[in-house]
Amino acid sequence: MTPALELRGLNKSFHLKTKGGFFPSYTELRAVRDVNLVLPTNSIVGLVGESGSGKSTTGMLAMRLLEPTSGQILVDGTDITMLDHIALKSFRRKMQVVFQDSYSALDPMMTLQQIVAEPLHIHHIGTLSEQKAAALDMLERVGLDRRYGGRYSHELSGGQRQRVAIARALILKPTVLVADEPTSALDVSVKAQIINLLLDLQKERGLSILFISHDLSVVRALTDEVAVMCDGRIVERAATETIFTTPRHPYTRALLDAIPVLNPHLRRTRMFLSREQINAATPRLRAIDLAAKCDPSAIPQLVAINTNHHVEAIVT
Amino acid sequence: MRLVDIENLTVDFPQHEGTVQAVRGVSWHLAAGESLGIVGESGSGKSVTCMALLRLLREPPAKITADRLELVGENMLTADRHKLASIRGRVAAMVFQDPMTAFDPVFTIGHQIIETIQAHRSVSKSQAKAEASSLLAKVEIKNPAAMLESYPHQLSGGMLQRAMIAMALSCRPQILVADEPTTALDVTIQAQILQLIKGLQSELGMGLVMITHDLGVIAETVDRVVVMYGGRVMEEGPVQSIFDAPAHPYTQALLRSIPGQTPGRHRLIEISGGSPSPVHPPAGCPFHPRCDRADAKCKETPPFMAIAESRHAACWRLP
Repeated sequence: MTPALELRGLNKSFHLKTKGGFFPSYTELRAVRDVNLVLPTNSIVGLVGESGSGKSTTGMLAMRLLEPTSGQILVDGTDITMLDHIALKSFRRKMQVVFQDSYSALDPMMTLQQIVAEPLHIHHIGTLSEQKAAALDMLERVGLDRRYGGRYSHELSGGQRQRVAIARALILKPTVLVADEPTSALDVSVKAQIINLLLDLQKERGLSILFISHDLSVVRALTDEVAVMCDGRIVERAATETIFTTPRHPYTRALLDAIPVLNPHLRRTRMFLSREQINAATPRLRAIDLAAKCDPSAIPQLVAINTNHHVEAIVT
Repeated sequence: MRLVDIENLTVDFPQHEGTVQAVRGVSWHLAAGESLGIVGESGSGKSVTCMALLRLLREPPAKITADRLELVGENMLTADRHKLASIRGRVAAMVFQDPMTAFDPVFTIGHQIIETIQAHRSVSKSQAKAEASSLLAKVEIKNPAAMLESYPHQLSGGMLQRAMIAMALSCRPQILVADEPTTALDVTIQAQILQLIKGLQSELGMGLVMITHDLGVIAETVDRVVVMYGGRVMEEGPVQSIFDAPAHPYTQALLRSIPGQTPGRHRLIEISGGSPSPVHPPAGCPFHPRCDRADAKCKETPPFMAIAESRHAACWRLP
């Protein structure tokens, strides 16, 4: 079955000015390096990593909110990498995004009903009254009373604003939703509500969600598969429970080890590895032990140790 | 002697729409060398309690009243400006959530730490600099000399938070108040900073007040816990017994709602509804509109009663 979203060999470099003036010099920052990622239809894939790992940049590239330096983006099997902005507009109906900061994502001058109806307006779907009715239905679906339609975003709590952002993202009935840290700014008790809402909507609408987060506990509850990013590369990719129970890459282990343990009886002193120690501990695997054929190389590469578990390793 | 003694503290902020009742009758204490965690969601009053304790709130608009508000035996309600200046930093120091805004961007880290040391103690600039350098080494900064010359924007969040902890420790306080010190940091850096704070606390024998919304942070770092909701204390007790047997329905619901405790993709047990309005808080127990065990009695304010050895909770439905 064609995946809902596929990223093939995606790269993104930013050029940072290190010296200004008449002869400026630039340094290249490789934010995303050779990322291959498949989001199967009807599933939730988590993209995790620390700040600066390139996970948000990957999400922006997938939506073509940023232009990739090289590589391909496929939505439902169609390559959208080269589409011009007119052709892209119709594809944007299929993919929507929810950001972390719902406060800056919602226009303070518009009512909630206008905010949610705006995508329909932009894509010329339905008459004004149909758009209005659809927006109110959508608000109701995400758990906000229809009476909220006439209100403004500043009147809402963080959790309610995130519900509005989700309603706006889903009103075009997209197939792909990129959710970039949608629960990170929320209180503990509200976080669970939004996670449940995303789970329900995914099931009900057959959505495929790329869930970008640094919160591994949320990722464990929500996703089917996880890709771990470090320095712009995917260093490990597997089914969620595989990542949590048998991680192979030292960076994945370091991330998991840092999660606070919810049991005061199990307190311990942690050992912290530096980035150099993590790099030095890159797994070394023999080519014949791998699930897919692979050439030996001193440069770490993402290899399949079994059909659904990929890890970055030095192949010997 | 108790380092902190708070009894029946209320903090109000009068506004046009009505009075924001941020803290509504909070009592707790901190013994010497003890670590206390204050856990609550945004708007629960956990930060305002500690800001009121150090008299860091602008008054007016803030209106602070209490039966007792003492820091190392000093009455904080009646202390004047000079008294407060000598208490802050020397007796109790604070570490904030966002180190980027806590430091002044136009001065070096060294300048700011040296200034703090010289403000409280009569030492020469070179002595202060040597001390700043050793403090930075204490918070596990590899190259303290380079750090002293750095400006805040040149450093990562984790490095800045270490520098802020160094600055807080510069006057050898008896109490360290850490307000969400790791919320803005990555999970790996969070673990390092928590371990650092915990280590320094036991090494220096300080009292520690850890303010956080994250029960994981509480489970990892403190001896005793105060659970706050809607400006009130819901429950209080030793950390092990709170996690083993949470008594208050709010604490129970909060612990149940934390994701990632069981394997597999699954719906979470959510707490329905939203936080109480600080202007028009519900009558009685602030949690009762969201509580599945609430009845008519819960519209009256429950007493903060002893439920077991060194355990207290405010709930009519107990035991």
